[in-house]
This record gives sequence, structure tokens and C-alpha cells, in this order.
Amino acid sequence: MNIDKRLVRKDSLEKLFDILKQNSKTIYAPFLKNGKTSFRDAGSFAGISTGYIQTSESSKDIAFPRAEKILDYSKSKEGMSVKGTDPENLPDVILWGVRPCDAIGIGELSSIFNWDYKDEIYNNRLSKVTVFGFSCNKSDEYCFCTSVGGNPGNTAGSDILFTLLGEGGDYLAEIITEKGLAVVGLAQNLFEKSDISGKEKFLAEVSVKFNHEDIRLKLDKFFESKQWIEESLRCLGCGACAYVCPTCACFDIQDEAHGKKGSRVRCWDSCGFSHFTLHTSGHNPRNVQSARWRQRIMHKFSYMPERLSVYGCTGCGRCSRACPVDMNILEHLISIQEVTV
Amino acid sequence: MIDNLYMPYLMRIERITYEAPGVKTFMLKFVNEVDQDKFSYKAGQFGEYSVYGVGESTFCIASSPTRKGYIECTFRQTGKVTNALSDCEEGSIIGFRGPYGNVFPIDEWKGKSLLFIAGGIALPPMRCVIWNALDMRDNFKDVTIIYGARSVKDLVYKEELKDWELRKDVKLVTTVDPGGESPDWKGEIGFVPTIVEKIAPSSKDTVAIVCGPPVMIKYTFPVLAKLGFADENIYTTLENRMKCGFGKCGRCNVGKVYVCKDGPVFTLAQLKELPDEY
Repeated sequence: MNIDKRLVRKDSLEKLFDILKQNSKTIYAPFLKNGKTSFRDAGSFAGISTGYIQTSESSKDIAFPRAEKILDYSKSKEGMSVKGTDPENLPDVILWGVRPCDAIGIGELSSIFNWDYKDEIYNNRLSKVTVFGFSCNKSDEYCFCTSVGGNPGNTAGSDILFTLLGEGGDYLAEIITEKGLAVVGLAQNLFEKSDISGKEKFLAEVSVKFNHEDIRLKLDKFFESKQWIEESLRCLGCGACAYVCPTCACFDIQDEAHGKKGSRVRCWDSCGFSHFTLHTSGHNPRNVQSARWRQRIMHKFSYMPERLSVYGCTGCGRCSRACPVDMNILEHLISIQEVTV
Repeated sequence: MIDNLYMPYLMRIERITYEAPGVKTFMLKFVNEVDQDKFSYKAGQFGEYSVYGVGESTFCIASSPTRKGYIECTFRQTGKVTNALSDCEEGSIIGFRGPYGNVFPIDEWKGKSLLFIAGGIALPPMRCVIWNALDMRDNFKDVTIIYGARSVKDLVYKEELKDWELRKDVKLVTTVDPGGESPDWKGEIGFVPTIVEKIAPSSKDTVAIVCGPPVMIKYTFPVLAKLGFADENIYTTLENRMKCGFGKCGRCNVGKVYVCKDGPVFTLAQLKELPDEY
């Protein structure tokens, strides 16, 4: 559909929140606590963060929870009973305050869960989510969305994108999808017709630091490079980068037993962990940290573009912010770009 | 209900066969007949076998698709899940998801000779192909099986080895590592690559299927090259750690190739295109 542009007044945002609540929507919004901004179920409009550059964790768990129960089992004398996860009671969710680099990440995540086999557990969760993107009006040195095809006012992945129009506090609302339109239908009068144009001047400036197509082509011949070792010498293998990443989808499957009953659970994992690829025999195809760091970069900038036609990185910069030893993905990508191969 | 990719079939263990120290074969039947009716697979595919409350483990389907009504798997007791499987008794219920992965192109091999080379616990992934081929024996010329293990007691499928030995349309060569022989051992003594070189099977119109521990594979490939086998005519099946089996969980890939989706069956020509991460 064509993007419809509307004006939402400063004080209409709270009214919108209340109307959505009255319509039984669950609203996940960012809140600041102990120095970290995280998405949580918002009881009221008051306290929702606005000034953050980026939430500390991505919003991916809205469709891909850290631990997703996939089945329950119970053993008895009569035999075994196994029941698949029952998603019937999932609430309709408004994901409020997502930055464009997270919103676009939802599409990248979806391509992993839908190439070939379709993961309907993921799809079902996502189908209940309406994404309220909020454009960025500030950035920091870790941001590089413009180097991977995004921008601070990118509409991709959002159902409605809100852009703060300067100090007046009014918002431009771009209605991008049918889901977005459905929300507007609940609060027509708050979305005023308008002929606003030129949102760009209200957006953060994020300069292009590298060319992702260049990186992809270089990586084809870069597998044996010593740079992987040099860049990853200080990597602790803690997995924080994967945990905060909006597109990291690697997972583990574990059983949780409680007596004769229990569940099978799909939970987040990381290619940075030494046991991630470890065979029972003791053989490990990626037996050193540099091989695991290489996998992380190659997966996002070479394998995913080739197999799924999307990059596995949105330039949000969270992995660099979260890294306890200050490994910076942007610096590494720039250094790959600078190498002559 | 939504379609749940992770939902296993319930399987009843019909029969347990002790193969070698720590190695067992389970014959599994579907608890629900409707599952059996819609299930089909081809030689080379694998599945996720689970003990509820412990977890899932990945092995090939070791029985031939020409034998209907059941599947078999053979595993060595090594980790958490295989130990739990090993504790199961006949009649126990376990989970199975599958089949996943690609297949051995048996139909393309019609009219050719087949050379199977296996080591240790790697005979099971080849056994499904062997029986599949033997159940349509007229389609192939010579069938040669070279199988080795560390010691006589480590040879799996001992009864089937006897069957193959007696068959006139199969040439079976068994070998054990030096020191692994028993007083009455009548087979070869020596490592598999050495025995392949000694037997020197012809590469003319022949497809070689090789499966074994990495070191056996590493030294067998050059022998086959010397015998004149083209890389395109040498097949193997890769193992990498897996969780989902269908290209999502992100750990079995070798470069851009997913072992679970693009494999597990590869030709040597394909392997040579891959980085050394398997």
C-alpha cells in the first residue's frame, strides 16, 4: 500500500496509548531502569522512555522469545502424552518505540525462520505484533545503519513510523501497512490529515562508513585471512553480541524435566560459544575463537546475503556497545573494506 | 493448532539389538498408524531422536526405505541423550522428527558398480544405502563392501556381515586395526585405507561411498584418487552438530552450506569447494 502521512499532536500520543489499552492491546514499550532501556509490558503511558538512542536489548524477543516452550510431555502408566505449544491465547501486541534498525531486523529474522521450512511458532507470534517505529533524532559513534542499507527514518519493518518534528513535540506518522491502518482505524481523530514533507531535517545524521556490497565480495576471498585471529584475540566468547543483536537467531533446544512431566524449550544460543559446534566425540569444527568470530561476520555479511538475499546486520551497533572487551564490529568491517585482496 | 516443526512422532521401541560395546540398534514403530501412513524417506536422510526430559540427538535412519513399516537407528552411547536412549527398554516410547536432509542419488547409480567403504560406527549411515541397493540388486553391477573397525568386537551388524559374506552377489571385505584381531579372526588386519589399496577395486563405472571417522576418510580419498575415482563419483555423508535439522538453528553450516539442508550427502567434488569446518 502507499504510505499515508498523518500528523499526531504531542498530547495525542498518550490518548492513542489509552485507546489501544481500551481495545485490549498489550503494549510493549521502552523503560529506563538501572541505566538500561528495555522493552516491557507498559501499564501506563507515564514513564515510557523517549530520549534513548537505542534500547539496550533489541525487540526480537517479541516474536522470538529467549526461551520458547515448544511442547509439553507427561509420562504415566498409560503411556506418553505430548502436546505442542498452544499459541491460541497470545495477546495482540503493539511494539512501541522501536528504532528503524530494530524494525528492519524483524524482516531479517523472518527470512531465517521462513526460508524453506516455515516456522509457524515464530510466524504466529509475529502475526500478533504491530510495530510502532520511532525515527532516530540522535545517534552515536556505534551507529552505522546507513552502511547496511538502512537510515534513521527508514520505514521498512514498521507498521507505523513516528518521526518527532522538532521541539514542538508533534509527530509525523507514516502509515505503512494494513496492520498500521487498522490501528489508525481505532483512533481516527488522533491521526490528522496533513501535508507535512521533509522529515529528513529532523533525523539524526549517520554517515556511511563502508559499502556492504564491497564487504560481501571481499569476504568471498577472506576466509583464510589472519585478520580474524587479530581481531578476535580479546574475544571472551561470552555471547553478549548475539544476545543483544536484533537478527541473531541461532538457537538451542533443551528439555526441562520436572519429575514425570516437562517441556522442550527453544532458547537463544550464540555461535560465539565454544560448545556451539562441539561434537560429542570431542571434535569441534570451529575449535578456536577466531573461527567463531569469522562465522559471526561471514554469516551476516556473506552467507545470509547469498542464501536469503538479506544482510544479517542492521547497523544498530548494539554488539559493540555490549561487548565487555570493546570489540567493535564497525571497526572490523572498515578494516576488511580497507584490505586489498 | 499451528503447524509445529519441532513436534516429534511418538515411536515405540520394538526391538533392541546389541551391536558392539556401547552400540545398539533400535527398531522403531510409529505409535499412531496415521503417522506411519504419511511417513516416507530415502536413503541418506537423518532425524532427531529424543528421550523426553533429556533431549534430542541426531542420527541417520539406518534402515532401508525398501523395508516398510518401521525405521531403525544405530547409535553409540556417548553423550547425555545417547546414554538415556541406551537406558530405554523394548516397549519404551521415544520421539522422532524427520526425515531431514538430502539423499544418496541411488537412481542415478543404476547400471554402475558400487563400492562401500566404512569404518567403525559409520556403517549405519551406509547400511540404509547398502540394503536399498541390495533390495534392487539387478540394477547394479558389482557390489563391494569394505568395512573396518578398531577390533573384532567393535564391528557392528555382525549378523548382517555374515549375510553379506554368504551372498554371491556381494563382495565383503572386513578388517580390524592391527592388534584388534581375535585368535579366530579370518578377515583382513590393517587400517581401512591400506586395505582399500590392497584390494584395489576398479574405478570403472563405479561409485564409491565412503563413511568413517575423519582420519579414515582423510587417508581413503587419496587412495581412491590413485585408483582412478573422479571426485564426482565419491560420496560421503557429513556429520555436524545439529539442533533443528531444518536450516534454522545455525550450527551445522560449513561456510554457506547447511549440512542439514544441502547435505548430509556430498560428493568429494562438493567437499573440496567447502572451507575446512566439518
